[in-house]
Amino acid sequence: MIRLDQVSKHFGPLVAVDRVDMEVPAGEVCVLLGPSGCGKTTTMKMINRLIEPSAGKIFVDGKDAASVDEVTLRRSIGYVIQQIGLFPNMTVEDNICVVPDLLGWPRRKSRARAADLLELVNLDPGIFLKRYPKQLSGGQQQRIGVARALAADPPVLLMDEPFGAIDPINREVIQDEFMKLQAELKKTVVFVSHDIDEAVKMASRIAIFRDGRLIQYDTPDAILARPVDAFVAEFVGSDRTLKRLRLLKVTDAMMADPPRVRAEDPIETAVKLMEEHGHASVVMVGPRGRARGVVRLEAVQGRKGVVGDHQEPLPGVVNVKSDLRTAVSEMFTHGLTWLACVDDEGFYKGYITQRGVSQALGAPYKDR
Amino acid sequence: METLAFMAANVPVIGHRMLEHVSLVGVSVLVAIATGVPIGILITQNQAAADRVLYGAAVIMTIPSIALFGVLIPILSLIGQGIGYLPAVIALILYAQLPIIRNTYTAIMNVDPALREAARGMGMTTLQRLRRVELPLALPVIINGVRNAVVLNIAIGAIATYIGAGGLGTFISRGISQTDIRQLLTGAITVSLLAIMADMALVGLQRAITSPGLRLR
Repeated sequence: MIRLDQVSKHFGPLVAVDRVDMEVPAGEVCVLLGPSGCGKTTTMKMINRLIEPSAGKIFVDGKDAASVDEVTLRRSIGYVIQQIGLFPNMTVEDNICVVPDLLGWPRRKSRARAADLLELVNLDPGIFLKRYPKQLSGGQQQRIGVARALAADPPVLLMDEPFGAIDPINREVIQDEFMKLQAELKKTVVFVSHDIDEAVKMASRIAIFRDGRLIQYDTPDAILARPVDAFVAEFVGSDRTLKRLRLLKVTDAMMADPPRVRAEDPIETAVKLMEEHGHASVVMVGPRGRARGVVRLEAVQGRKGVVGDHQEPLPGVVNVKSDLRTAVSEMFTHGLTWLACVDDEGFYKGYITQRGVSQALGAPYKDR
Repeated sequence: METLAFMAANVPVIGHRMLEHVSLVGVSVLVAIATGVPIGILITQNQAAADRVLYGAAVIMTIPSIALFGVLIPILSLIGQGIGYLPAVIALILYAQLPIIRNTYTAIMNVDPALREAARGMGMTTLQRLRRVELPLALPVIINGVRNAVVLNIAIGAIATYIGAGGLGTFISRGISQTDIRQLLTGAITVSLLAIMADMALVGLQRAITSPGLRLR
């Protein structure tokens, strides 16, 4: 969708961006990441020609950006900036309709669109359409900033540290909202950030810049697992392995199709099953396969009866859709070495162990 | 008391002089807006030009009004308009330039660069940006400049009587030459009242045409 081909920008003797090659596929969120002055913002601004490249070519949707009229180009690309930049003299409605108005949409169509977009960013159109930016909180303003960028339904969004000026609590909320929106809208997003956590959370790909050079361009997990050099490793932080916990899902470390017993099974069966697998406990499931409890080898060895008489409550359960961070947190909170994994319905899907998590985190290192 | 009686007895004359005065100030300020606002906008593009234009306008302000009227007499005599309405209006246009140009320039320069960037990034042309964003934001400050210009010109307009342009200053000049305190006070009071009323009217106008979004705190 967006392709940069040997793009450079010189400001006098200063090389701000140095022969950058990169491609952002349609529907992906590409986060440009790096310390200040690394060229990430300049690179982004060259895409909508707020800054003209000194050399190289940029293609947006297959067309050479330099061959398209710059005003037309910008109207076809959504733009969100850190300072939000809502026009204080216009109502929320008029702010959202800026680009549709520039494109000459019929008024009825653009105003209906504004109301739809407010719904989309979780603001009540009845309350907010006729308000002015000064009457809104920072978080509300940035939601409207995003709505404004989406107004003419551009396929591409450029976002310059869009959530940087919002307090940390609201920032998380707006990031989550934006990801939900993005999952639905599938825009091609180029997002400038200096916050590795934000990048890991939002990005399908991260581009790390330093001194105008693109140092590494890869998926967040690959950047965290295999930084190409000491600079990247230091930039992503010494806790980069912990950061990966957010990216990996329970299913990545789960032992699927685990042994299980039913309440009516005799204890001997359970003991045999545990000995067979070398486990210290086994999960008891209900008639349709929901995780109900656990039987510990230690507690039942040599006993008689059925599993139902000796079961204990499950010490810890985690949803298979959760990330490993949630699973590990659950383990440490309750001092457990393993968790039962269930789906939304409560059906027993597998188990996850501390060793399994370590292996999932370690796996990419061993690839090399 | 005597002054009030004089004023009451001369209402038609006062009204006539008032109209002359309003015409002088109104025409000069309208022309000054038509020239000063575009100049103020243009010089935002070039720092050096801005410095020179603002300096020039400030120099004009320092010329005593009597001297400026005097200078205009021989020049305008060439087209037979040495005294009267035309030189007075021209002088007043010149005096009104500084507040209008300066306020326009300052207001546009003070527009938050983030708004300019957002406007550009969304695909506004320079003129669209000016019309939709910069001018609406600058408007209250520009009107403040116009208020300054109007009050200034009402005061200076009182001196235009010396080159035969009429206006409320006529009462003052006659009051001085005839040592008639009634005429002197009549001139002074009516000029002050005109200035106050014009200023209040402009404050009202400013409220009416400023976006409600800018008035909020």
